[in-house]
Amino acid sequence: MRLRGGFFCAMPRCYRSVTDAEYVSDRMTTLPIHPATTPHAVPAPAPTPQSEWRTLRGTNVGDRLYRATLTALALVLPLLLVTLLAELVVGAWPAIKRFGLPFVWTSVWDPVAGVFGAAPMIFGTLASSLLALLIAVPLALGVAIYLTEFSPKWLRQPIAFLVELLAAIPSVVYGLWGIFVLIPFLRSYVVPPLRATLGWTPLFGGVFYGNSLLAGGIILAIMIVPYIAAVSREVLLAVPASQREAALGMGATRWEAVWTAVVPYGRAGLIGAVILGLGRALGETMAVTMVIGNRHDISLSVLQPAYTMAAAIANEFSEAVSDLHLAAMFEVGLVLFVVTVIVNACARLLIWRVARGTAVGSRAL
Amino acid sequence: MKHTKLALLASAALALAAPAAAQVKLNGAGATFPNIIYQDWMLTYNKAHPDVQLNYQSIGSGGGIRQFSDGTVDFGGSDAPMSDSAIAAIQGNVLHIPTVLGAIVITYSVPGVSQQLKFTPDLIADIFLGKVTKWNDARLTSVNPGASLPATDIVVVHRSDGSGTSYGFTDYLSKVSSDWAQKVGKGTSVNWPVGLGGKGNEGVAATVNQTPGGIGYVELAYATSNKMAYGQVRNSAGKYITPALPSVTAALAGALKTLSPTTDFRISITNPDGADAYPIATMTWLLVHKTYSDIAKARALVQFIWWAETDGQARANELGYAALPSQLRPWIETRLKSISVDGKPVWTTAAR
Repeated sequence: MRLRGGFFCAMPRCYRSVTDAEYVSDRMTTLPIHPATTPHAVPAPAPTPQSEWRTLRGTNVGDRLYRATLTALALVLPLLLVTLLAELVVGAWPAIKRFGLPFVWTSVWDPVAGVFGAAPMIFGTLASSLLALLIAVPLALGVAIYLTEFSPKWLRQPIAFLVELLAAIPSVVYGLWGIFVLIPFLRSYVVPPLRATLGWTPLFGGVFYGNSLLAGGIILAIMIVPYIAAVSREVLLAVPASQREAALGMGATRWEAVWTAVVPYGRAGLIGAVILGLGRALGETMAVTMVIGNRHDISLSVLQPAYTMAAAIANEFSEAVSDLHLAAMFEVGLVLFVVTVIVNACARLLIWRVARGTAVGSRAL
Repeated sequence: MKHTKLALLASAALALAAPAAAQVKLNGAGATFPNIIYQDWMLTYNKAHPDVQLNYQSIGSGGGIRQFSDGTVDFGGSDAPMSDSAIAAIQGNVLHIPTVLGAIVITYSVPGVSQQLKFTPDLIADIFLGKVTKWNDARLTSVNPGASLPATDIVVVHRSDGSGTSYGFTDYLSKVSSDWAQKVGKGTSVNWPVGLGGKGNEGVAATVNQTPGGIGYVELAYATSNKMAYGQVRNSAGKYITPALPSVTAALAGALKTLSPTTDFRISITNPDGADAYPIATMTWLLVHKTYSDIAKARALVQFIWWAETDGQARANELGYAALPSQLRPWIETRLKSISVDGKPVWTTAAR
């Protein structure tokens, strides 16, 4: 019964913690059950209900087996993670020994000379994911809010279905679409006005060839919109109607009701949705490598080609002939792993801080 | 009548004996470039020799060399020869056996230009070094007098994935430009001075086609089957050569002139002599051990390779590869005969 309190969720307060005693007494007050009729379901209200429950729990073989199986299953995944990390460290060891920490901030990538620095890829991974979030979050939140608060009932299902269908398209198809549709479109209709108005900023400088950080970011945005939109919709649906009613009852417009009552109530869940999208963006490989330009360079301009860690691994791993090159690829994988863990840890922290006092929403995660 | 009976008896005896002779299973892995013809060879060979089962996985040259060195596969395939240190790591127990040839072509999309462009070696190197940046550069217009080259930026596109194609191309550039050799060098992946990376031949092709002013390099077979524009390249004899399969075979024939029959087959055939040789030609190798422990396996492997080097070559042109010149056959035969188990050669007579 202790499992009810925050077992599947790492942070406190995302589920209401219910202790055994509370649970039992709760049930007992609302549903008086005679101990003789259901001996196994609920223990008798004894002077020490907790210890009695514990002794009862250990008696049933089936229960014990079930418990052991579940424990084993729960341990397999963390174990897998640790194995993965160990494998990466072992594979990357020659490169770690050779380049040390500067691996993450130097930017020369020369397999011929055997000099490797991953800074451009780390930058590209973070920059493309951030760009994707900047584009995808407003879009996905807009879709979710429209579907839950404003759209006519008959329109909800079709739109939700079509948005979620985007998630089913293979990423190589997105990549091809990027090369043949998105990039020519950007080249003729988006980049010229962008450069005319914002060309003076370093963000939009340089010659635009097509394959660029911008193209990669947009492709990623399209790929993560369905995830963010779907989860956000669930979160907003889970906000109790009383929240809206209260806001509307106090004279708020629907717009105000959404922004003052509904969205803040579900903010933990909404952030969770964004993090889910970010996780996907960080690891996406195929579509990005097809449009981002695969250039080991750090440029502030989104119009310039860049590289991501996942793309580099997909590109160079199979043909890495020298041992050092191979080890460097492993180290890139390790860095990607660490970056993902850091980003997710920050996100958890953020959710935890934001979620103080509000409980709903995280439940949809 | 008697003869047919005898034949029947013999075949029945053979059929009975066959399970005793056991299936020989040979596993290989490596380069993707020759994958099509390797699969074709193995299928055809297996039909004629049902007791030999061959399997080749196109996991890339780097992976092929690794698996071959680790002994997880019986033979490897590679577009780039093994380095001296890699050979030393397996005590020199490797033979490079060339199988087929390919060519790398310069493909481009220049707005308003429909004719075939000409390139000199130093021009290609300087374009890929980022020194020549406009299509109407004086050096380009002087070798292409008839073409109306626009003032468009040159957008260099290279392979982003490690590949034998990149190896061949950078090997060529290292030979024709000392600047390239110093700054970049040759390899399956290099530190490209300029340009965009496309994944695979298809990635380079798509990016070149979609980018006005794009220039890149792809395998000849890929360019011809996709009807892409590609240029003529000036060879060491000063002639502009249109890449085609016969001019690739001519390239190796040209390269062979300067070599002796006992040469290490880890030769590079880019920029060879020969008036008709296309200069950016590549070779792909099978990697086999000098000594094996299993005699049945070793014999089957050697016989298969000999078949591929002789009868198998006829399939090359059809599948988009250039065949090896026939002068090379006796050289390869000597090499195959040197493969041994317990100090005894596994194969002495060529079944011609």
